[in-house]
Amino acid sequence: MNVTLRDHRIDNPAQSHLGFIDCDVHPFYRSPADFDPFLSERWREHRRSIGHRSRQGLARTSLYPRMSPGNGMRGDAWPKDGSPPGSDLELMREQLLDLFDVRYGLLAPLVGGAAAERNVEFGAAMAVAVNEWQCAKFCDPEPRLKASVQITLEHEESALAEIEQRAGDARFAQVNIPPRGLEPLGRHRYRKILAASAAAGFPISLHLGGTSGHASTGGGWPSFYHEEHPSYVQSMQTLVTSLVCEGVFEEIPDLKVVLVEGGFAWLPALAWRLDKHWKRLRAEVPQLKRAPSEYIREHFWVSTQPIEEPERPADMLSIIEWIGPERVMFSTDYPHWDQDDPRYAFKVKLPEDWARMIYRENAQALYRLD
Amino acid sequence: MAKHVVAAVGEIPPGGRKLVTIRGREIGVFNLDGAFYALVNRCPHQGAALCTGAVVSRLEAPLPGEYRLAQAGAMLRCPWHCWEFDIRTGQSWCDPNDIKARTYNVSVEPGEALAKGPFAAETVSVAVEQEYVVVEL
Repeated sequence: MNVTLRDHRIDNPAQSHLGFIDCDVHPFYRSPADFDPFLSERWREHRRSIGHRSRQGLARTSLYPRMSPGNGMRGDAWPKDGSPPGSDLELMREQLLDLFDVRYGLLAPLVGGAAAERNVEFGAAMAVAVNEWQCAKFCDPEPRLKASVQITLEHEESALAEIEQRAGDARFAQVNIPPRGLEPLGRHRYRKILAASAAAGFPISLHLGGTSGHASTGGGWPSFYHEEHPSYVQSMQTLVTSLVCEGVFEEIPDLKVVLVEGGFAWLPALAWRLDKHWKRLRAEVPQLKRAPSEYIREHFWVSTQPIEEPERPADMLSIIEWIGPERVMFSTDYPHWDQDDPRYAFKVKLPEDWARMIYRENAQALYRLD
Repeated sequence: MAKHVVAAVGEIPPGGRKLVTIRGREIGVFNLDGAFYALVNRCPHQGAALCTGAVVSRLEAPLPGEYRLAQAGAMLRCPWHCWEFDIRTGQSWCDPNDIKARTYNVSVEPGEALAKGPFAAETVSVAVEQEYVVVEL
């Protein structure tokens, strides 16, 4: 037949990516009113009549709109009825979960505005609503999907309550915190939230994003999305540095942190630089009992997407070796425009044991999945 | 290399496209101002269905702050990472030296010639008085 498209299903079970754990999957709502059933009447009315007050200057758009329709969605991920990509569980199964026999998908809901809400009580209510919504719409009907606990970092009491509420609930895998916040995450004011996450057995997932109101780079506002995209890495670097230098890992030795969607080739160089300075400046940070690189190697995980594409593909192997193959976890970022395909993301062949770790075993151990 | 009849000329209007499968290979056939081109429906970057992407113009900037659209409708933008390819040649805009989308020769043949063969017309019924788009593969 001239018009029949070939079935894209992958049927070779020997391929190492099959049955992988996807550390970054984005669910979306069909309409913002989808959260209403999980809000009290007080906040439903607030959402309808007042709405969100984010810390950025613009409403109903991002500071750097993406060029793909839907503000950065994969072009072929729109459900037939025109709902937003990520809102249709059936299509998510077809394009991701079933296609690759994904074992688990870690949800990163960038919806609801809880983290950046200026009205922190509304933010707290939205965090709870998004947590309930993840379960009702995604994790209950599809147990391969694991929710991330949304919190409002600037409302400690509600954040602690929400972490405690979800502790031990196998539908939740981690606590989600956007890296662009009001202050670096190692600051003392956030310590109880980090400690509660660790006590609940949840890693902290720092998924690229957040609207802090600060300029997105340390050197001021960029002009283009092209500049904005790599500038997210700066906030990741700030948080890694802050968590290490503030001595957070001395105080909370079982805290685990996952850097999602921030790239990773930069991490070894940052660790080298922190070590170099530590040799000279350690009197200022006596809370550090070990070299910064040791804390980084022990407490941080990275997800792969958007994959680094070095000019010499084999350089990827060195990067992974420097970070530690036991700390790298595969992610697709479905259904965003810059998502990675597990078959083609790595342009170099990974050693078989590394592939197993990166596609599956590292996430399995970190999130205690079967 | 066999010739495959994939459409009647009028079936793919200027700016239009048709996705076909020839010998197991998905191919997008495009009409650019009356000329036909064919590309493999697979992005050389990460394998997305390239030929389902947006057809766009080439955007050029001779200097910062000066923009112009050139070659209207000549570029195909991948639905995933937005890599753009010249529909006529398969040349990559972002990495022209290292990657290229596979292209196929396309011709327009009169039905009279097709009726004589050696063409494979899988689903297109050929009438001798029309012209047809033919892909070589």
